[in-house]
Amino acid sequence: MGYLTRRLVTFPLVLIGVSILVFVAIRLVPGDSITAMLGTEAGLLTPQQRVALTAYFGLDQNWLVQYWHWLLGLFRGDLGISVAYGKPVLDVILDRFPLTLELAFLSMIIALAVGLPAGVFAATHNGRPSDLAVRIFAMIGQSTPSFVVGLLIIYVLSVGFGALPTMGEFSPFWQDPLRNLSQLIFPAITLGLAFAASVTRISRSAMLDVLSDDYVRTARSKGAPARSVIWRHALPNALIPVVTLSGMEFGYLLGGAVLVEKIYALPGLGRVVLDAILQRDYALLQGSVLFIAFNFMVVNLLVDLAYSALDPRIRLGER
Amino acid sequence: MRILRAIFGHTSGRIGGIIVMLYLVIALLGLMGFTPHDPLMQNRLDRLHSPTITYWMGTDLFGRDVASRLMRGVGQSFTVAFLSVAFASLAGTVLGLAAAWFGHRMDGIIMRLMDVLLAFPAILLALLVVAIVGPGTWTSIVAIGIVYTPIFTRVVRGPALSLKARDFVDAARTFGSSRTYILTRHLLLNLVAPLTVQITLALAWALLTEAGLSFLGLGTQPPASSLGLMLSDSRNLMETAPWLLIFPGLAIMVSILGFNLLGDALRDILDPRMRRSNP
Repeated sequence: MGYLTRRLVTFPLVLIGVSILVFVAIRLVPGDSITAMLGTEAGLLTPQQRVALTAYFGLDQNWLVQYWHWLLGLFRGDLGISVAYGKPVLDVILDRFPLTLELAFLSMIIALAVGLPAGVFAATHNGRPSDLAVRIFAMIGQSTPSFVVGLLIIYVLSVGFGALPTMGEFSPFWQDPLRNLSQLIFPAITLGLAFAASVTRISRSAMLDVLSDDYVRTARSKGAPARSVIWRHALPNALIPVVTLSGMEFGYLLGGAVLVEKIYALPGLGRVVLDAILQRDYALLQGSVLFIAFNFMVVNLLVDLAYSALDPRIRLGER
Repeated sequence: MRILRAIFGHTSGRIGGIIVMLYLVIALLGLMGFTPHDPLMQNRLDRLHSPTITYWMGTDLFGRDVASRLMRGVGQSFTVAFLSVAFASLAGTVLGLAAAWFGHRMDGIIMRLMDVLLAFPAILLALLVVAIVGPGTWTSIVAIGIVYTPIFTRVVRGPALSLKARDFVDAARTFGSSRTYILTRHLLLNLVAPLTVQITLALAWALLTEAGLSFLGLGTQPPASSLGLMLSDSRNLMETAPWLLIFPGLAIMVSILGFNLLGDALRDILDPRMRRSNP
């Protein structure tokens, strides 16, 4: 079986595995679901009411039956009701998803705009002081946690400029583009910087590999101008690992950058997960975690497909 | 000895090695209580004091010495990182060896299980574990350990599969060596190099994840100190007391930098073919 076929066949299997894991994980939480759902008000329930509620939510059935009903619900788009938000889980997730998606896109644009040229520059200046400088910056960037960068940005903004990043109610791009960008630009820079460092490192090492290949030497020896050798001959091949890395990072970002969303008080998907944990909203936790894992898996599958389209050796199962 | 010499002959290995050793000393001192002040002692008269000779890194909102809390915090963060990576590398090695050795159904089950774990972004999986068990130091260790187990399983399984097919393993089998002997002597010993590299890099990620969990209030619980917790506490005070942000921030960054540099150097030294294709 080729690599891609195997990948496509295992995808639904892993997806089912993920749903089982999430389902079981939530049921491992100590305490009964009714108390978890109602909080302190659960104490006011009479035993009869408790039994009725347990039956209503199907909690008196065995796990297999419960899982089956939950799975059927998933196919209908029914992820349950969020107690904390008082509306369907899917609505809460879809409300927050545009912000997370936009933030992920902005961060990726920043990372590629900074990282790719920096990596190519370092590779073409291999061994010179400027290469060293780029590598040092990249290493430091990669080692700095996003929440440290975020706090430092806020500190510099508030002390240096007496300003704070726009927080509060989130305005979607189509309603108020300026306010939207002013809300997202600093979080995007925060996430984009660490991501840019990885892009720089990987594009530098990929470029170095490619620049020593025979076809690049041939292009050089037949007298192609240096610029064309770098941008037309070398870069397209060096892009393969960059595509993989960007795809994976994008998948992570779609999972909601929990820490950065918390620092900038952004109501994204990561915040939903955090709220669900802190408020013990298990339906929401279950739904949002599943949604994020699903996105992550789809993005990774797409990356693999793109990767094999770019590199025929993988399509032929040589990996 | 040869490996130490190689590390110190490698520029990033030298820098990374020195940083890591320095941190290990700080962590040990912090854990053993050899700090300039008591990290938990509140000195109400010296609240939010800027750095001085007495308080090298200033004091926090409760008048506690930041330098002492930082030392204890480094100790705490390193304990969590080391134990979780020990967990992950042990579990990953056993699972990876089992998958490679038994093959077929066992391989299928183990690797699909790892695929399921890899379908979650790291911090999300850690958060899920915390949601089940409740926040705390041991939860962080288990959570981070589970998150990084699949990576070790993959690192072990691939080379183990190709080693298993090699002539010397066949020869050992023909001579009647026991399974345990072949697994530990022939397979595991040849996996030391990739495992060492992975362990070093995993320590950097583990420090990062631990700091993240504590920052969210779901890792180490107050009044114990951890770098992530200290940063989280600094959020509302950074304008008046920037030292609360700068020192723990730097401490986290430099520790991760140290392990990254050391990991890169080890990879260059131990396995030149493993030149990174992943970040």
